[in-house]
Amino acid sequence: MTVRSKRDWNRLASRAVQAAFVIVLVGLWYLGTTRWRISPILLPNPVMVWHELKDILSTGEYIADLRITLTELAIAFSRSSTAGIALGYLISRSRYSIRVFEPLLAGMYSVPIILFLPLYILFFGLGPASKIAIGATISFFPIVLNTIAGFGYVDRIFILSARSMGASDYQLFRWVLLPAAFPVILTGLRIGFTIALLSILGSETIASLAGLGHRIVHLAEGMDTARMFAYIAFVVAIALFLNITTSTLAARGRR
Amino acid sequence: MSHALDMLQAQAGTPFGRRLKRGLLAHPGLARLGVVILLFGVWELAARFLVDKMFLSPPSSVFSQIHTVFQTPGVIAALRITAWELAVAFAISVAIGLVVGLAVGLHRFSNRSFMPIVLLLYGIPQITILPLFILYFGIGPASKIAFGVSHGIFPIIVTVVAGVQNIKPILLTSAKSMGASRRQIFRWVIFPHMVPSFFAGMRLGMTGVLLGVLLAELYVSTAGIGYFTTLFTQSFNPTKLLGLISVLAIMAMGLNEIVRRAELRYSRWRTD
Repeated sequence: MTVRSKRDWNRLASRAVQAAFVIVLVGLWYLGTTRWRISPILLPNPVMVWHELKDILSTGEYIADLRITLTELAIAFSRSSTAGIALGYLISRSRYSIRVFEPLLAGMYSVPIILFLPLYILFFGLGPASKIAIGATISFFPIVLNTIAGFGYVDRIFILSARSMGASDYQLFRWVLLPAAFPVILTGLRIGFTIALLSILGSETIASLAGLGHRIVHLAEGMDTARMFAYIAFVVAIALFLNITTSTLAARGRR
Repeated sequence: MSHALDMLQAQAGTPFGRRLKRGLLAHPGLARLGVVILLFGVWELAARFLVDKMFLSPPSSVFSQIHTVFQTPGVIAALRITAWELAVAFAISVAIGLVVGLAVGLHRFSNRSFMPIVLLLYGIPQITILPLFILYFGIGPASKIAFGVSHGIFPIIVTVVAGVQNIKPILLTSAKSMGASRRQIFRWVIFPHMVPSFFAGMRLGMTGVLLGVLLAELYVSTAGIGYFTTLFTQSFNPTKLLGLISVLAIMAMGLNEIVRRAELRYSRWRTD
């Protein structure tokens, strides 16, 4: 057996193990609901979940909730990225202000900001405003910290050599600082986007009037577990799609 | 006259101003403290003059009234329950995360087969399945612990696997060529290399556990702190709400600091 074919065989075996894992899981789920009579309120039949999912997708009842959640996400992310990049750039302009502000922001970031959700609800009410605010706050920190890291820790030799070759401020920014900082900022934006989505879904789950998180809770409280499973699958698929899209965009932008 | 005044001000002001500036430049920590004080000042002024008392109270009254938070019946028990939930969830996450991480990471085949599954599960927004945790584990501490574990376990698995995998092959080869047994390789090569990343994983796991437990507490709670945050929010009592949140934030920062210190301490051998 050549090395090449052995590697192929190994990869095939890994894929087989992964497929078997999923099949066994779904099989146990199916058997659990049909053979071992687990209550359908706790664990609905996978076939039923599949029908509910098809129903949700075909009737289009998800559109209103999806629109609300995505709108909140878009507004929150555009605010946090604008503020984060602008503030991060300003802070990164001097070594001194980095040393003053960076530990402060990193310290705030280490507090679980979701704790402040009750406060945000008190301020902004149960509607989308509180979700936008909490999403923007939480995603602001990775973006500003990565922007500081990107602009602030450009190798001084690059800046010095560009200056000594007579680069203007704009040229220095466009051709030295920006290319050096861009990949790091992209990473910050990707992390910010992901946790903005998570915190918006989370705050919708905890207290809200509409949105995908609200829908799941609503179904859970109505003990409509099969439909809830279908919605969970739907939301997970959307979240994975968004995360994969942003990772791909970030990876492409980095090149 | 004005000339003389200027002279006077220049004489009195400048050395002090210069010394202040030099002091601030030499100690960024001082300036940082200044920024914090400034932020608290803005908060104080905003709460006193701009915002309705029903929604925000000034930091002075939050900190002077903090004892009333503890005097509210049940708050101390709730804090104790939350701390206990955090501790148990963290212990379970570390134990399972370490075992699964080693099982997945130690063999190339299991790594390639199961790591994608772990990463896929890690990528799922777990907050969407929070209602399921409540359904299965009830509204008591069990569901908070389980949800905390679901957040804490994945970073630990991923970092343990990374720690086991990132050992330079030359170290393994040389140990093997000098006749080390599997156990000896694990004890003297893999284990010491794994320790720093294990502690990094514990730090990330602690962040996850805090997030999971607090999310579940905020979602539904009968006796934990989530009950009291809801109570203070609904009764428009921002003083107590802010007091309770500050206590929890300090608790979270303390826990984060402990694991961060541990990480610094136990990853030192590699940089020395």
